[in-house]
Amino acid sequence: MNAPNASGWKPGTPVEGHNAMSGPDTATGNRALMLEEPLLFEIGHAETTGVDLPEPQAGANRLGGFDRKDPIGLPGLSEPETVRHYTRLSRQNYAIDLGLFPLGSCTMKHNPRLNEKVARMPGFADVHPLQPVDTVRGALEVINELAHWLIELTGMQGVAMSPKAGAHGELCGILCIRAALEARGDAREVILVPESAHGTNPATAAFAGYRVEDIPANSDGRVDLEALKARLGPDVAGVMITNPNTCGLFERDMKAISDAVHEAGGFVYCDGANFNAIVGKVRPGDLGVDAMHINLHKTFSTPHGGGGPGSGPVVLSEALCPYGPLPFTARTRDGVVHLVEEENAAEFDHTKAFGRMTAFHGQMGMFTRALAYILSHGADGLKQVSEDAVLNANYILRSLEDVLDAPFGHSGPCMHEALFSDKGFADDVSTLDLAKALIDEGYHPMTMYFPLVVHGAMLVEPTETESKAALDQFILALRSVAERAIAGDETLKAAPYYAPRQRLDETQAARKPVLAWNDANLT
Amino acid sequence: MRYLPLTDTDRSDMLDTIGAPDIDALFADVPEAARLSGPIEGLPMHASEMSVEKHMRRLSKKNLAASDAAFFLGAGAYKHHIPASVDHIIQRGEFLTAYTPYQPEIAQGTLQMLFEFQTQVARLYGCAVANASMYDGSTACWEAVAMAGRVARGKKRKVVLSGALHPHYAEVVRTMAKFTDDEIAGAPPSLTARPDDDGLIARIDGDTSCVVVQYPDILGRLPDLAKIAEAAHDKGALLIAVNTEPVALGAIASPGELGADIVVGEGQSIGVGLQFGGPYLGLFAVRDEKHVRMMPGRLCGETVDAGGKRGFVLTLSTREQHIRREKATSNICTNSGLCALAFNVHMTLLGEKGLRRLAMENHRLACFAADRLAKVPGVKLLNDAFFNEFTLLLDGDARSIVRELTQQDILAGVSLARLFPGHDALSNGLLVAVTETTTEEDVETLASALEEVLA
Repeated sequence: MNAPNASGWKPGTPVEGHNAMSGPDTATGNRALMLEEPLLFEIGHAETTGVDLPEPQAGANRLGGFDRKDPIGLPGLSEPETVRHYTRLSRQNYAIDLGLFPLGSCTMKHNPRLNEKVARMPGFADVHPLQPVDTVRGALEVINELAHWLIELTGMQGVAMSPKAGAHGELCGILCIRAALEARGDAREVILVPESAHGTNPATAAFAGYRVEDIPANSDGRVDLEALKARLGPDVAGVMITNPNTCGLFERDMKAISDAVHEAGGFVYCDGANFNAIVGKVRPGDLGVDAMHINLHKTFSTPHGGGGPGSGPVVLSEALCPYGPLPFTARTRDGVVHLVEEENAAEFDHTKAFGRMTAFHGQMGMFTRALAYILSHGADGLKQVSEDAVLNANYILRSLEDVLDAPFGHSGPCMHEALFSDKGFADDVSTLDLAKALIDEGYHPMTMYFPLVVHGAMLVEPTETESKAALDQFILALRSVAERAIAGDETLKAAPYYAPRQRLDETQAARKPVLAWNDANLT
Repeated sequence: MRYLPLTDTDRSDMLDTIGAPDIDALFADVPEAARLSGPIEGLPMHASEMSVEKHMRRLSKKNLAASDAAFFLGAGAYKHHIPASVDHIIQRGEFLTAYTPYQPEIAQGTLQMLFEFQTQVARLYGCAVANASMYDGSTACWEAVAMAGRVARGKKRKVVLSGALHPHYAEVVRTMAKFTDDEIAGAPPSLTARPDDDGLIARIDGDTSCVVVQYPDILGRLPDLAKIAEAAHDKGALLIAVNTEPVALGAIASPGELGADIVVGEGQSIGVGLQFGGPYLGLFAVRDEKHVRMMPGRLCGETVDAGGKRGFVLTLSTREQHIRREKATSNICTNSGLCALAFNVHMTLLGEKGLRRLAMENHRLACFAADRLAKVPGVKLLNDAFFNEFTLLLDGDARSIVRELTQQDILAGVSLARLFPGHDALSNGLLVAVTETTTEEDVETLASALEEVLA
C-alpha cells in the first residue's frame, strides 16, 4: 500500500552495482542546478539600467526647490541580469506548482492559469479606479457578478467587497457589528473568541476597541455550548467563530450558538478561512451567521504570491447590511450596475455605512481571478470541490492514524484538514523536527503548533487539487518521518539536509535585527 | 472538471479506505437541516475554459482601457510603463504559487526578494527600515496613525490631517479612528497655489500624536516637509509623510531626509498596474531604528543557517498577531508579497539612473502639458510647483467636462468634485497627471478638446 507509483520505482535510487557519489566542494558554492545568488546590492550598479529612457534635458524645473540632491542608493541591473537574478532566486522557493503543499488552514490549492490570463485583459488590468463610471461598466459588472455568487453561496443578504485580505475583512465585519450596536445605543465591550482561533481574530477585536475573552472548548474540539451560554450577557457584542474550526471539525452546534448569541443581543462573526470545506454544501446564512469574510485566495484559488495580495470580501446578514462600508456596487431594476460611494449613498438607501476600509474598490485583480474560477466550476463543480477536499483530508487522517496521534479522530470524520499531535514521539524529537525532515522528502511542512489547543499540533490540508497518487506518496513520506520521530532518530534534529539552506538562526535575526542592506558590507 | 484530479474510481477506493459508505457520511457533523442536497439553485453549472474566457472578455470589452485613451488620471494611481520582464518574473510558479515564507529553508527566493525590497523602499524614503509591505497606501496611512498612537502610549489622542491629504486616505483614517477614540482634526482643502503649511502648523498642539501630510499633495503641490517636521517635533508630535507617487522621489528630496518620522505610501507606480484600484502595494518605513518594534506588518531580516551560510527569515514576529494575538501591533496577516516582488523587479531594472531619468521625463512632460493646457482660454494652472500632477481651474464644471470628453476617448483627469463630493467651491478643479506614457499628441488632443468644450 502507498507505493509511490505502481511499479514501485523510486526516483534517485541507484541502479544496483553503481555507487552514488557525494562530491567535492565547488569553487562557486553552487551545486549544479542548485545555484547561489548574491544580493542585488552586491551585483548591481547605480549606473546600470535595464530600461531605456531619454537623457534628462535641461529645461523647466517646477519642483519648487525640493530637488533631490544626494544619491538614493539604488543599484540597477540590465534586463538579462535581472531575469537571471530572479529566476535563480525563484528556484529556492517551494510552491504549489512543485508539489503538494499541506499547510492546514492556508488552503494551498492549484492556481488555474486561465485566471492569470483573464486578470491581464486590458479592460481589467489597465483601468483606473477613478475613471468615469460609464467607462468601467464591465469592471463594475465583474464586482457585482462575483458579489452575487458570494451572496448565493453563503445564503447571506449582502457583501462588502472592498476589504483587502482576510484580516481586513474581519475588521470590516467587526466594525459592522460595532456600528449596528452603536446605532441602537448599545455599548458592549467584549468579543468572545475560542482559544483555537486564528491570531487575527483576537487582534482584530482588540484593534476595533473590544476586550477579548476566551470561549472554552469541549473534549471533542468544539465550542462548549453550555459554557458559552453561561458567559453571554449584555456586555458581549458578539462571538468570532471559525467554522469548520481550526481543528478541522464542523461546529455541530453552530445554529444553537447563533441563536443563543442573538437572544443575548449579540452578533455572530464567522471566520471564513475554512469556507472551502463547505462551499456548495452548507450556507453559513442558514446557520445564523451575521458576518463572514471569504479569503478569495483560499476558497477561490487566487494565488498566494509568497504572502499576498489576498482579498477578503465580507458577506453580511440583513441586520448588518445597512452598515457595510463604501464603496459597493448595486444593480438596479433596469439591469445597470452602479457604483455606490459617499456622494450617492442616499440614492441607494445606504447612509448608515460605517465608513471606508480602503482608497478604492478592493482587489479587482483578485475578483476577476475568483470569478473565472467560480464560473469554471459552477454550482455543481463547487460542491464537488468541497467534497473532494473533505475526502482527501479524511483519506490522510485514516491512512496515518495508526502511526500519528489524531486527537479528535475518535469524534468522527474531519472536514478539509486532518489534525495530528506529537503524542508518541520520542522525548527529544519535536513536531518541528518532523516538519523539517518532510522538507527533505520534497514537501513543504504542514501547519505546525496551530491550533494552540493541541500539543505539537500538525494540521494537514491537502486540498481537492491533489490526485490519489500524489496523496499516496505524501502519506508514504509522512509515515516514514513519523516512524523516525517515534523511534527517536537523532538525524531528524539537523534536518533539512537537502534544502537550499539548513535551519536558520531566528534568535540571532531577532536579537540583532538586520533589516536592510548596508553598503559598508561591500569590501 | 479540469481542476479536479480524482476519478470516480479513486473516490470510491478512498471511501473504502476511510470506511465511509458515501461522501455524505463525511459531512455527518453538518446538521441535516443545513445540508444542501444538490447544487444551489439558480446558479450556472460548470463551464469550459473557452467559454469562461469568452464571458470575461465580453465584460472586459465594456471598459475603456487607459492605453486606448488619451489618459490623464492620477490621484493615487498612476499609469506607468511596466517592463515585460516584470510580469514574466511574477508569473513564475515558484513566486506566484508560494506561501508566506514561514519555512525559510525552502523560501529563500521570496525572503531575499523581501530583504532587497525593504532596502529599496527604505532608501527611496530616506528611512532606516521599511517593512515587507501593507495592503495599499490608504491602509498603510491608517496603520501609521495607529503606530503614532502607540509611540505616544495613548497619552495623545489628536491626529492632525492636512486638508490636502488624499480624501480617501483621510476617510479611512476617520473611519478607523471612530472605533479607537482618536480625535481627527481635518480641514477642507483650499485652492491655493501653495499648500497652507502655516495653517497646518497652527493646528499642532501638545495633545497631537501625529501630523499627516501628503507629499506631493492631492493637488500636486509640494508642502515644506522640513518646516512641518520641525514644528511637529517642537510639540512632541510625529510627522507622518504620505507619498502616492514613488516615481516623484527620483526627483524630489526624500521625506525621511526632510525629517518625517514615519513614511508611508502607495507603491503601485513601480511595477504594479492600475487594475481598477487593487491589488496595490502599501509601503511603510520609519526614519529611526528605535521605532522598529512599534511597526506593523512583516519584517524580513538577515541571519545565518546552521552551516554558516547567509540566509533570510521573517523576524521580530513577536509584534504580530499570530504570536501576540490581541496584543499585536496590528491585525494584518497577508501583505502584498507579489506586488512587492513586482516593485522589486521594476526598481532593479530602473536602478538609480533609470529612476532619475524616469522622474525627469515625467516632470518634463508634465511641465509641457501644464504650459500647453494653461494656454487654453478658460483654463488656469493652480500650482506654483508640482512633479507630474497638477490642478487646473476650468471656467466650467470639471466633472461634467470629464464625462463629456470620454465620448472622444479622452480620460481628462480626476475632477475635484469626484474626490471631494459636497465641496461646491472645488467644482471647477481638475487634477491632471502626466507620465512617461503620455505623448505630446495626447496633450494636444486634450488641449483642443478643452478649447472646444470651454468655448
